[in-house]
Amino acid sequence: MNPGDNTVVRIGCAAGFAGDRFDASETVIEYLEQFDGPRYLMFEVLAERTLAITKALQREDPGKGYSPFLHSYLKPVIKRCHAAGIKIVTNAGASNPTQAGKLVNEMAKAEGIADYCIAVVEGDNLFEQMSEADVLKLEKMDDMEFGQPLLSANVYLGAAGIVEALQASADIIITGRVSDPALALGPLIYEFGWAQDDWDSLAAGTLVGHLIECGCQLTGATFVDPGRKDKDTLSAPGLSAVGIARMGYPIAEVSEDGSAVITKLPGSGGLVSLQTVKEQMLYEIHDPGAYITPDVILDMTSVSLQQSGVDRVLVKGARGAARPDKLKVTVSFDGGWLGEAGLSYAGSNSLARARFAIEVLEERIKLKNFKPQVRLDIIGLVSVLDDDSGTLRKTAEGRPDGDYRIRAAVRAHDKTEVEWLLSEVLALWAAGPAGAAGFRESISAQVFTGSVLINRQAASGHRISILETNA
Amino acid sequence: MSATETKASTIKLADIAHAHAGDKGNRCNISVIPYKSEDYEFLLSELTEERVLQHFQYRKPVSVKRYRLDNLPALNFVIDQVLEGGVNRSLGLDGHGQSLSFHLLSMDLVMQEPC
Repeated sequence: MNPGDNTVVRIGCAAGFAGDRFDASETVIEYLEQFDGPRYLMFEVLAERTLAITKALQREDPGKGYSPFLHSYLKPVIKRCHAAGIKIVTNAGASNPTQAGKLVNEMAKAEGIADYCIAVVEGDNLFEQMSEADVLKLEKMDDMEFGQPLLSANVYLGAAGIVEALQASADIIITGRVSDPALALGPLIYEFGWAQDDWDSLAAGTLVGHLIECGCQLTGATFVDPGRKDKDTLSAPGLSAVGIARMGYPIAEVSEDGSAVITKLPGSGGLVSLQTVKEQMLYEIHDPGAYITPDVILDMTSVSLQQSGVDRVLVKGARGAARPDKLKVTVSFDGGWLGEAGLSYAGSNSLARARFAIEVLEERIKLKNFKPQVRLDIIGLVSVLDDDSGTLRKTAEGRPDGDYRIRAAVRAHDKTEVEWLLSEVLALWAAGPAGAAGFRESISAQVFTGSVLINRQAASGHRISILETNA
Repeated sequence: MSATETKASTIKLADIAHAHAGDKGNRCNISVIPYKSEDYEFLLSELTEERVLQHFQYRKPVSVKRYRLDNLPALNFVIDQVLEGGVNRSLGLDGHGQSLSFHLLSMDLVMQEPC
């Protein structure tokens, strides 16, 4: 134990998206266990689309709707964290935080944890307080057309519910839709007693949350660009495949003035450098002078970074402006069916055969007078960077005998139309150019999301409920 | 030879900067971060909104806005309607546009260097 650490709040993030490594928490917990004082483990697993998908699961089965990975992330850690005094904050409640709370309660009992206090933060589901018609009257954030019926409408809550849960002595806090940075800001407000209008401190805490919420993006994973970025770094071994396979997930050590050191477990893979922190700082940011969250508007143009040690970067200088009057609401609705199918061509004259296959498909689409939107690619020539109409493909040059794969993608509300296009790709196996190989297809139901704004006063705000486990 | 004489050489943006893309709906943001702070001024003069718009023209973006972060230093480009509908609606393989930062890094830049 390291005395004197009580002035620092340590928050580690062990998941940055639904599907992040399930064992990533080990590096975070191992680090946090070395210290005394307030320590938190955060799992951020709720992208806007993920929330919409969990809502669809809940419609099929009212007992679902929480993160499908709830057990994968929490079961391995709750006992160890409770024993070490590390609190857990996660948005894995998704569209059914109440059910997630019940399941964690069962999990805690099964693990034999006595006196486990579980807090559930809700209030983000607008359909609890408004009709679909009222939601559709709200101000749109862009010109996207919404399909009806709406499957879900969730308002972004801020940190207040998490703070309240901590005041109620929660060991684990399970939320639905809260702003991602709030998962870190809540504990910081609670620990430091920051005032509701202490905008600079709230901005500093929001920046900490924004930096760590994507997990190992901050510690070098998505930074990797072999032979380029690692040339200028001191700790390139952490960026090797061996290092990335043993990623250290990020820890923020936050002081009361809002300054923070970003770090990771010594000896783990990855890298914390000025470069990795800059990339994550600007990730999904538009105006860096005005990053809008429910709690504060963050200005990061005044932020300075300093490498203060190996895998340690000091972040300070965030400024804040008063929280916005309007809150963002994510709505979701049926997006029809997405179908994808492919065939490969390789060896002598393969590019000409792949191009020919695309032309045959285009003719079949014309003959059928097929209306749904279709995209055709040649993987290996140009596909990822191209646009939907194949602008780059038409003039791209490639090896005549390379390894190519045609890909057809189609979206429609009528599943039979999607199935028709996929059957046409399959038919190319015989009724197409020679040597077609490796037919694969997939078809999946799609959920679309859109955004509207609601006046803060018009939304009822958060509410918390507490479950106590007495094993 | 005079010390003021220079010769032009063509480099790739990737030679002097790294970049990272993010998305919200049909909007993409790309951070551009010089490896060396002294290259920031060059980026400010060469990597304009117009040039970035032109680089992505084939995807028909409607606008590019550049934000400066002089403290880091870094630039942040916000490119509207470049994601073919975004992760919701794109039929392409990269609905998030994660590869677009690498497309930007392939841009040619002309650098004046002393002879």
